[in-house]
Amino acid sequence: MEFLNSIFVAPFIDMGAAPDFLLQVIWEGFVSGVLYALIALGFVLIYKASGVFNFAQGIMVVFSALALVSIHKAGAPAWLAVILTLAIMALLAVAIERVVLRKLVNQHDAILLMATIGLTLVIKGVGEIVFGGEPQSMITEELGIPTGSTDWEVFDGIVIFQHIDIAAAAIALIMVAGLGVFFSVTRIGRALRAVADDHQAALSVGISLNQIWAIVWFASGVVALVTGIMWGARSDVSFALEIIALKALAVLILGGFTSIPGAIVGGLIVGIGEKMFEVYWGPLFGGGVEAWFAYVLALIFLLFRPQGLFGERIIERV
Amino acid sequence: MFYREAGQFKTSYSADQALLPIKQDRIGLALILITAFVFIPLFGGNFFLGTIMIPFLVFSLSAVGLNILTGFAGQLSLGTGAFMGVGAYGCYKLTTLFPDVNIIILIFASGFFSAAIGVLFGLPSLRIKGLYLAITTLAAQFFLEWCFNRVGWLYNYNDSGAIEVPTRLLFGMAVTGPEALPAVRYLVILTIVAIMTLIAANVLRGRVGRSWMMIRDMDIAAELMGIRPMFAKLSAFAFSSYYCGVAGALMIFCWLGSAEVEVFDINRSFLILFMVIIGGMGSLSGCFMGAAFIQILPIVIRWVPSALGLDVLAATVEHISSIVIGCLIIFFLIVEPHGLARLWQIGKEKLRNWPYPYAN
Repeated sequence: MEFLNSIFVAPFIDMGAAPDFLLQVIWEGFVSGVLYALIALGFVLIYKASGVFNFAQGIMVVFSALALVSIHKAGAPAWLAVILTLAIMALLAVAIERVVLRKLVNQHDAILLMATIGLTLVIKGVGEIVFGGEPQSMITEELGIPTGSTDWEVFDGIVIFQHIDIAAAAIALIMVAGLGVFFSVTRIGRALRAVADDHQAALSVGISLNQIWAIVWFASGVVALVTGIMWGARSDVSFALEIIALKALAVLILGGFTSIPGAIVGGLIVGIGEKMFEVYWGPLFGGGVEAWFAYVLALIFLLFRPQGLFGERIIERV
Repeated sequence: MFYREAGQFKTSYSADQALLPIKQDRIGLALILITAFVFIPLFGGNFFLGTIMIPFLVFSLSAVGLNILTGFAGQLSLGTGAFMGVGAYGCYKLTTLFPDVNIIILIFASGFFSAAIGVLFGLPSLRIKGLYLAITTLAAQFFLEWCFNRVGWLYNYNDSGAIEVPTRLLFGMAVTGPEALPAVRYLVILTIVAIMTLIAANVLRGRVGRSWMMIRDMDIAAELMGIRPMFAKLSAFAFSSYYCGVAGALMIFCWLGSAEVEVFDINRSFLILFMVIIGGMGSLSGCFMGAAFIQILPIVIRWVPSALGLDVLAATVEHISSIVIGCLIIFFLIVEPHGLARLWQIGKEKLRNWPYPYAN
């Protein structure tokens, strides 16, 4: 009885007793959710266009952020560093398309996944040799990202909003809107959607698959850079981020592999859910539940709605 | 010329169904086993046994486990490390609960825990497959890792949170714990690995193993031919996790001596997946080749620069070997998806016709 009480009643009483704290928890969860959503967005872009489940997205985030910081450290001004990093990501995209994807066309999903795991190792090794393994701090001020915080007095308490978190949310919003416009209006965007729908039909109307793949990998490289900047600004840029990026896989299960809104909503659900679970239910289990909450949520979701919240119903029945 | 089956007539059904029908294969395997059982413990130093051969055998066994699931039954798993951990912690708990029982029995018994956990996390495979399944095994990985960290009962509530292996005897000699000699531990592991590989080879060519391969190749067709997908998949999960669990128990008890949770983290799972990919999916001998390859690669990379007179940091060696392994994985997936085992097969074919390249 006491146990049931501590699961089903006590946490809600806690929430009601300190609404300002609840708001703060939700906000924290929201912000990390935005970052999960950004990583998941990079996955979705590539999965839609090429059917490749890009395991390397997490390491691309770390790699681009480290490249940015290192180029800046080498003496380039911030704007030039951003441009150079984008150039590196573009080169990487072309190289991946040439060396890996083109050779593995029409292979089984799992083979492609394993190829991207190999890619992860390569990028990680190169990154550690070139940029060093130590955590670096992000060049937040040079990039013009606001720091500091605003207090909001509510419910006889205060909720603290870090400006950088607000900026992260705003940038994520702008980027999703931008991608939406890009997909629906531009010529390349429409070609991307055509490829996502049907490779052969797209080929038959003269769309170059190889070109589209390079573009889409570059696009997710851009998403990776933005994610890396935002994440790096909240904590340091280090290779540990790669493990956190795996949570985006759980986000994808929730949102569906092919849906951009799904990636966002899934990211927010995971972010807010795991923070609230950690704060209100975590002590029951001895804490640290953040590490697996996302995956177990995804596992439960898989049993009932395998295509995710917004995904296309392409799941193969077994 | 040397490797020909010409003149080897099979005169009985049992000869026809032998595991190694060709005489040269039998001789080759016998030579390998004699080397492994006699010459390596006699002439290999403690360092060679302890840091190369023992890890190699442990990883080979877990690669066999993963290969059964991924290579033969076609279910991608990213949770191998956690399943090894279940075996290790299970064995540890068994030694504290039953201190008088022989350690070998406990090691084999601990595999049943990981088999049960494997079946539990394999249940989603009845509804989903491919990438989705990979993510459920990822859930297993992180959830179990958390359990090893937080559930005090598993490590007997000691302060460090790590498990320490007690000393246990076999035929009057210490096989586990700090006093155990590397040669003894090596022989114990080698015997277990050899027996379990033999069992795996026979299971895989038997009815159960063939049903796994049918599920892998085309599940709907397999179902139409009377294979029960539920039984086939769950038995693959149980069997594979059993192997991983025993490998994990051996890893702690006969190799490391004590363990923290980090030993069983996701990187371990990936490492074993790499062994399977490079060695060859769907091949038992490939597991050993892959494990040997990944085990030896860092040593070679460390040796090459020092032979050339260059000074390279240990961290750099690690990064270079990670790059090389990554490149090789991509290379093998593109050029030879069946890995080193297939290359060995091709080599044998060449040897068969040698010195006439176009014979047959």
